[in-house]
Amino acid sequence: MTADALTVRDLRVHYHTPVGPIKAVDGVSFTVHESERFGLVGESGSGKTTAAFAILQLTKPPARIESGSVMLDGTDLVRLSEDELRSKRFSEIALIPQGAMNSLNPVIRINEQMADVIRAHDKSTSKAEARRRVGDALERVGLKREVADKFPHELSGGMKQRVCIAMAITLKPKIIVADEPTSALDVVTQRQVMETLASVQKMLGASLILVGHDMGLMAQFVDRIGVMYAGRLVEVAPVADLFQEPLHPYSRLLISSLPSLETKGNFKGIPGIAPSLRRLPPGCPFNPRCPSAMPQCTTIEPTLVEVRPGRWVSCHLY
Amino acid sequence: MAALLEARNISKEYRKGVWNSATNVALEGMSLTINDDEPSITVVAGESGSGKTTLANLLLDITRPTTGQILYRGKDPADMTAEEHLAFRREVQVIFQDPFESYNPFHKVDRVLTMPLKRFKLATSAAEARKLIERALDLVGLHPEDTLGRFPHQLSGGQRQRIMVARALVLQPRIIIADEPVSMVDASLRAVILESLLRLNRELGISLVYITHDLTTAYQVGDSSIILYRGAITEVGDVDLVIRQPEHPYTRLLVDSIPLPDPKKRWGTDTLITGADEDAETVSVGCKFVSRCPFAMPMCHEKEPPIFQTNARRGVACFLYRESPVMPAKEVSDLMVRAPNRPAPVPAQPQLVTTDG
Repeated sequence: MTADALTVRDLRVHYHTPVGPIKAVDGVSFTVHESERFGLVGESGSGKTTAAFAILQLTKPPARIESGSVMLDGTDLVRLSEDELRSKRFSEIALIPQGAMNSLNPVIRINEQMADVIRAHDKSTSKAEARRRVGDALERVGLKREVADKFPHELSGGMKQRVCIAMAITLKPKIIVADEPTSALDVVTQRQVMETLASVQKMLGASLILVGHDMGLMAQFVDRIGVMYAGRLVEVAPVADLFQEPLHPYSRLLISSLPSLETKGNFKGIPGIAPSLRRLPPGCPFNPRCPSAMPQCTTIEPTLVEVRPGRWVSCHLY
Repeated sequence: MAALLEARNISKEYRKGVWNSATNVALEGMSLTINDDEPSITVVAGESGSGKTTLANLLLDITRPTTGQILYRGKDPADMTAEEHLAFRREVQVIFQDPFESYNPFHKVDRVLTMPLKRFKLATSAAEARKLIERALDLVGLHPEDTLGRFPHQLSGGQRQRIMVARALVLQPRIIIADEPVSMVDASLRAVILESLLRLNRELGISLVYITHDLTTAYQVGDSSIILYRGAITEVGDVDLVIRQPEHPYTRLLVDSIPLPDPKKRWGTDTLITGADEDAETVSVGCKFVSRCPFAMPMCHEKEPPIFQTNARRGVACFLYRESPVMPAKEVSDLMVRAPNRPAPVPAQPQLVTTDG
């Protein structure tokens, strides 16, 4: 087994609202191996983006990291000061945000935005040197060097997303967190962006955490996957195993609800609706919707345990 | 076989700016007929900028075509009397993409259901209105007691979108145009919404125009499909042919790029993609796909391909199929909506296929 690149232990993030704390991430633990692509999948409100932001220490009020650790190279990111974090961002751990069109500054040329990243970490970098490195990074994601002189509005959505990838990799981070990097793009562009992401990840030997809701994309892209529900990880497994034999009833329903080109008229949804995080049912949060619920599911909350080598499930069935 | 809604060779151009007289062609030379007696589900698919939403807006008379004509029951909405136009507005309904933005957050969700009833005077009493609303909610699988009297933020995206389907339903429409109705809804709820749309078609005989960029759901619900690229048709016909065995190089690229939820069928490395869309220059003559097409021939640069009929139920706008006969516009437009003899397409859910509707 390869070495661990990032270890998240018992992470809890709560949103402090006037009506009380909302436990968006409630005790999430997982490990990402070196050079691995890890998927964090869940539906809206499952806490996947909150968890990803907490890993990057980008949690903003009213959300707050209540407890837990994010270990990267022997350092707990949760305990670092803002200044210490700044030196880690981009150089150790970088984010590719959702909705590329909104994450770039519209009135600043690409070159300046990207050079900012380089010079924030090494003030001695000359303008020419920064420009050369920006050009290299752009070429690595399949864009022309000239893109550096453009404004964001002169680029298409796919190009902007690739600029964001280029920006994330300029300082060769060990961990890349990509939050729904292709959610606003159409399928062909999505495939190009994902292939670009895969190639830079391989080239850098970095680990990648892909956050998203699209099971198809996960199946195509990641090595291992963690399924989130109501702020918890309900299953962690190698992606092929999860699709072959999902163990948690939620994963099972999620996978069987996916439309495919194999069978027509497969309209199986998941009964019921996602619970409100403010009023979670006692016991397992999935119990009201679970077809295999047992008496103990309504009283005791299951914990994530390794039921087979490499397969972690949080369910009383196992 | 009377035509209910017809688009006759419509094109739409948008000016590039207030001071810029150059134009963008959003849609060109599109014809489509939805028949009165043959409820169909037509899928319109393509990437962003392909003209899908422009087509929806034109069919809904939200914008008017630059050239060509929209006819509803044989009449152009521009020439309708106020009364006829009101009937058109009632009978052709729309479901938009975003179930979050289509509500006014200050009003209870009941309002989107009662307003149309009032506007079109479909109920004479509050009790009757309530009955119509409950029936519509029931058809989309919602319980009135769980939904009525609530504010939009108290409901999930899936519930909100189903109320939007119910809103269209209370008006007893003939046609529903659904513009990306499930793209903002979670995977587990997508199925429920698609199922209710399918049910409207099968049980109530409402024709659907389902606009999407997602070919998997297109395949799931559609009878016939139109694939658009930069405002023009690339391939049209029976979904089983167009999506399962695509012929046009662009359709092949699209189908090939679907992220299938199966780790054993990952995207190959033998990518068909030659040049990204952004690199493709805008061509004024010739096939619009030529700069990205791996099979481009000299003739593709010279003129735009007509639609060749490669099968009784399929047409392809590509010179690779130039041996096949060119299809007349009328037949193309029939292909788009023909319910292909529908050999009981949903045997898995027999309760939904009651055809007596």
